[in-house]
Amino acid sequence: MEIGELTYFTIRFFKEVFRRPYEFKEFLRQCYSIGNRSLLLVGITGFIIGLVLTLQTRPTLMEFGAVSWMPSMVGISIVREIGPMITALVCAGKIGSGIGAELGSMRVTEQIDAMEVSGTNPFKYLVVTRVMATTLMIPLLVIFGDAIALYGSYLVEHLKGDVSFALYFNQVFDSLEFGDIVPATVKSFFFGLAIGLVGCFKGYYCKKGTAGVGIAANSAVVFTSLLLFIIDFIAVFVADIFYDL
Amino acid sequence: MKKQQAILEKDKKKESSEEVVLELQDLNKSFDDNHVLKHFSMKLYKGENLVVMGKSGSGKSVMIKCLVGLMEADSGKIIVMHHDITSLNQESLDILRADIGFLFQGSALYDSMTVRENLEFPLRHHYKKLGKNVNTETLVIEALKNVGLAHTLDLMPAELSGGMQRRVALARTLILQPKIILYDEPTSGLDPITAKEIIILMQDIQKKYNTSSLIITHDVDCARVIADRMILLIDGTNYAEGTFEELSASKDPKVKAFFKQ
Ligand SMILES: Nc1ncnc2c1ncn2[C@@H]1O[C@H](COP(=O)(O)OP(=O)(O)O)[C@@H](O)[C@H]1O
Ligand SMILES: [Mg+2]
Repeated sequence: MEIGELTYFTIRFFKEVFRRPYEFKEFLRQCYSIGNRSLLLVGITGFIIGLVLTLQTRPTLMEFGAVSWMPSMVGISIVREIGPMITALVCAGKIGSGIGAELGSMRVTEQIDAMEVSGTNPFKYLVVTRVMATTLMIPLLVIFGDAIALYGSYLVEHLKGDVSFALYFNQVFDSLEFGDIVPATVKSFFFGLAIGLVGCFKGYYCKKGTAGVGIAANSAVVFTSLLLFIIDFIAVFVADIFYDL
Repeated sequence: MKKQQAILEKDKKKESSEEVVLELQDLNKSFDDNHVLKHFSMKLYKGENLVVMGKSGSGKSVMIKCLVGLMEADSGKIIVMHHDITSLNQESLDILRADIGFLFQGSALYDSMTVRENLEFPLRHHYKKLGKNVNTETLVIEALKNVGLAHTLDLMPAELSGGMQRRVALARTLILQPKIILYDEPTSGLDPITAKEIIILMQDIQKKYNTSSLIITHDVDCARVIADRMILLIDGTNYAEGTFEELSASKDPKVKAFFKQ
């Protein structure tokens, strides 16, 4: 399938990342645009997830008389799993498809060719900057999403159980260990890398015609989402080995 | 008096036209089973306007893209200003490309950048060619003035009409003062009046900078006005060659098909 080509694309990325000239300005522009485009979306989904997760688990915990465990439970599940995954999926839809469509239309309208003949390496200028930007920005967005989700959860606890802000977050941070935070962060970097690479790959090798651009954007989302779950599985597997030894 | 001048000018052209600036030898290119170019050969002489005409889908764009190394030919030789471009490394190829202007079929302006940024883009890499103490601002404005669009400096490409976009693209092509300009269907997608304006602009540029031009088109009117010499690309080969008058008088049915109204 396309796995071979994508692998080759990835290798090329790692080769060109370290080669001069560094397109720093374009990299910053991409970082800003990624953050700007997804901040609100990540915030809203995070908030709702935190809210819903707490509301849904409350009756069960109540039954066991374990409502006081709520902050630890929600904290761990959001930081370890739900936060990174939801944020990455939202960004795959928002950022990945956007990159696929943008590079796809640049390919179709020969803008990428025009760059190449004017002496700028389009792979460096377009692909490397975008992949770097997603790799940096997705983890930051994950942290932001986690924080909002926890705040959502706190609101429910505050309204229903009269838990104070300090108490709630003290409990959250008490229950979180290094073994929760490090793997989640490392995982988020890989999520970012996957979103950027697949979006760029689909766009860069877009087929001619307007239909091609649509396909590039669409398949970028589908392929990235699948890849995110696979990375997640591998990450959990690896983390398990590391922290259980 | 006028006649004499014309003859003199023609002689002058002949003299300078002895130098071949661009040559294709036996070029082959296929996509799977689709043999687009079959043993295509041609020469472009210094200072001339060579028109390559062919039906749409006949491989004109493929040919011109092989010329600048955007596509790799299956076999054949491509010699641009005495360099075989297939044997060049990336750096030398980039240096050579600074001497070749390429006007793309659909203008290919970077649509996320303003007109100014579009024009500055080629200067990023090639500012050395124009000398260290050159002012990009003046270069950009001068290039835009050449095409009569100095007032569009800070507009986005989407805010321009098709004809204006084509002119900005032309300005971007000219900003590095190329010796050869390749035009891929310079008049396609434009109304006849705008197309004429573009052709006049191309002629002005040719006079002003004495460039050699390779013009690819399926537009007979464009060819009539601008061609010093023409090549017909039919079935992937250099089917017929000559001046516009010679070719339009041809008896060959395949050639005639291009010229009948
Ligand atoms: N990247 C490509 N992959 C496969 N086929 C292509 C590609 N580019 C062009 N072709 C084919 O080559 C032929 C010539 O295309 P082109 O040079 O664009 O025609 P035109 O003379 O109209 O510019 C067409 O049949 C087209 O389908
Ligand atoms: Mg074409």
